[in-house]
Amino acid sequence: MSEATALRTPLVESQIQAAAARPPGDEPAWLAQARSENLAAFTAGGLPDTRIEAWKYTALRALGQRRIGPVDVDAALRATVDSTGFVLPGVDGPRLVFVDGVFRADLSTAQDVAGLQVMPLSRALREQPESLRFALSRHYRERADAFAQLNAALGFDGVVVRVAPGAKLSSPLHMVFAGGTQAEAGSHLRVVVDVGAEAAVDVVEHHVAVGEASHLATLVTDIAVHDDARLGWLIVQDAGVAATLVRRTRAQLGARASATVHALELGGALVRHDLACDLAGQGAHLETRGVFVIGRRQHVDTQLSIRHGGRDTTSDALWRGVADGRARGVFRGAIVVAEGADGSDAALSNKNLLLSADAEIDTKPELEIYADEVKAAHGATIGQLDERALFYLRSRGIGLAQARSLLTLAFCRVALADISDERLREHLGELLDKRLPRMADA
Amino acid sequence: MLKIDNLHARVEGREILKGLSLTVNAGEVHAIMGPNGAGKSTLGNVLSGREGYEVTAGSVIYNGTNLLDLEPEERAAAGVFLAFQYPVEIPGVNNTYFLRAALNAQRKRRGEEELDSMRFLKLVREKLKVMQISDELLHRAVNEGFSGGEKKRNEIFQMAVLEPKLAILDETDSGLDIDALKQVAGGVNALRSPDRSFIVVTHYQRLLDYIEPDFVHVLAGGRIVESGDKSLAVKLEEQGYAWLADIHPDIARAELAGAKA
Ligand SMILES: Nc1ncnc2c1ncn2[C@@H]1O[C@H](COP(=O)(O)OP(=O)(O)OP(=O)(O)O)[C@@H](O)[C@H]1O
Ligand SMILES: [Mg+2]
Repeated sequence: MSEATALRTPLVESQIQAAAARPPGDEPAWLAQARSENLAAFTAGGLPDTRIEAWKYTALRALGQRRIGPVDVDAALRATVDSTGFVLPGVDGPRLVFVDGVFRADLSTAQDVAGLQVMPLSRALREQPESLRFALSRHYRERADAFAQLNAALGFDGVVVRVAPGAKLSSPLHMVFAGGTQAEAGSHLRVVVDVGAEAAVDVVEHHVAVGEASHLATLVTDIAVHDDARLGWLIVQDAGVAATLVRRTRAQLGARASATVHALELGGALVRHDLACDLAGQGAHLETRGVFVIGRRQHVDTQLSIRHGGRDTTSDALWRGVADGRARGVFRGAIVVAEGADGSDAALSNKNLLLSADAEIDTKPELEIYADEVKAAHGATIGQLDERALFYLRSRGIGLAQARSLLTLAFCRVALADISDERLREHLGELLDKRLPRMADA
Repeated sequence: MLKIDNLHARVEGREILKGLSLTVNAGEVHAIMGPNGAGKSTLGNVLSGREGYEVTAGSVIYNGTNLLDLEPEERAAAGVFLAFQYPVEIPGVNNTYFLRAALNAQRKRRGEEELDSMRFLKLVREKLKVMQISDELLHRAVNEGFSGGEKKRNEIFQMAVLEPKLAILDETDSGLDIDALKQVAGGVNALRSPDRSFIVVTHYQRLLDYIEPDFVHVLAGGRIVESGDKSLAVKLEEQGYAWLADIHPDIARAELAGAKA
């Protein structure tokens, strides 16, 4: 037994077994190679520890001690799932549903929409593998990328979305990732999105719980928004109380392309999201809004990184966090304005509320500017509710507890303010409200 | 209705109110004038129960109960209303929603039936006649992005809806244009009634041309040092506060200096 083998954690061991358990399909050689390279890298490096900057506030020791097996596909196909539970008002486009990483055609709704191609990745791999080669043949080398390695090694399905140039889609596409029916099972999905020039589409990435079983889910999403296109991306993360959910989203924007990302982080036990956006084309515009509301011992870590690559690119980031109980929230907002990205404008605001003495929030704004004539505004705060506002409400007769609830909800809803569909906005507001601790007036 | 006796209060360890006494009977309008920093807003804050304002001596009896024992929301339900000198912006809380929550919280505390949205909107429409504010402001977040004057009108509008028994208006006239001043005064006058009292804090005699006070007081050095009728306000407008030092040698001249300019 080599030394490296001796040091393997139960998680690494179990992932090697999971990879071996899967019979080699008739995949293209490049894909098989990407799998084995990424698995080898994961096996060699294991999970990152907190000495690695990107994982400084998120310890994975406990996860490393778990044995995560492959999903029982037949069981996932048979699991009874109430699909009314994940209906969102106004989200009425095609829906793709995965249960513990397994595509469920019976719960999904296909729609013929002109200019839109959407299908499970497994099918796209059979029908048009070459078109996915770029996205799926990546070799992740850094230990910080351990989950992307795992995903590349063990991911067999996901979603492929292609919007034809010029197509303007009015109904949001709904991707539902339901988890929690199988204990200690690992599911790994990939999403590949291509929004053609001058096209427009809205996509909802929806994580829901259909069981309370602890499990590991990874999701790696690659998005290209071509010139003059528009993308709306809404993440509603309402995973189960015992879920470990690690996501990585990478978006690239072409010239004058615009993208709006909204992220609601509500569920899960250990949750991580790396959201990296590259404003590559001149005049590209990105808006990101997000909020987490966490309690108990939840741990939610968002790593936002925005790169201004093209000239006159603009980005606006507004993130909020509320932590109660013994929860821990982490937010890193890194903005890089690259050389040559002159005339760019980047704004980032991150505000957090601590509702209990045992909760913790770490926020870390970073700004690097290598271009000229750049406007950048950056701010992060952690605090309690505004005493003046509390008094104002109370002086009008609103009880202390209700005043606190009102202000906390208002604080969070700022992140939803520009969701244009009012019913959807209200629904998401209610989801937030439900997560906020109930403070009853005496 | 209100009897303040020998009130002493400190803020941040510093004594601001130093033996203030004032009696307000039902239906009366009392104007309080006084130099900057005299403690006028402090009085309003103490009466409405703001944290950080520590009462070290004296008493405040309001309709037979010790007002200082009550939480701010209990005081509101009992009919105390403070129109803030600097109304607070509350992003994300809709103005109308807030007002309904406030009214219903008060009603609930008083054991009255809460108003459903239909009846509340009817009330709002009625009160818009007393104090006109635009539909757009009604639906914006509380005071967010309101101009100085709009904030003050919003305070009076809230007062009209909440129908307090004792309203303390802290410089509600400051920053208002002539028309807005008349409207605000009109709003206050419309609410005057035999069972409702007002304490109107102002720096300008002009407001008192529109809201006729029963009494005018000078608050200086943390106390009421002079009381009179409307003519006192006229005298203050003409002469400032310095002359008070001659009759009240115990008040430091510096404490009267605030409004000289
Ligand atoms: N929260 C506070 N913290 C520290 N000092 C305070 C606070 N509130 C009031 N003070 C101090 O108490 C004194 C009285 O202030 P107050 O606001 O009551 O004056 P005022 O009479 O309302 O003046 P103005 O006419 O300028 O509104 C001032 O010196 C002020 O600085
Ligand atoms: Mg004042």
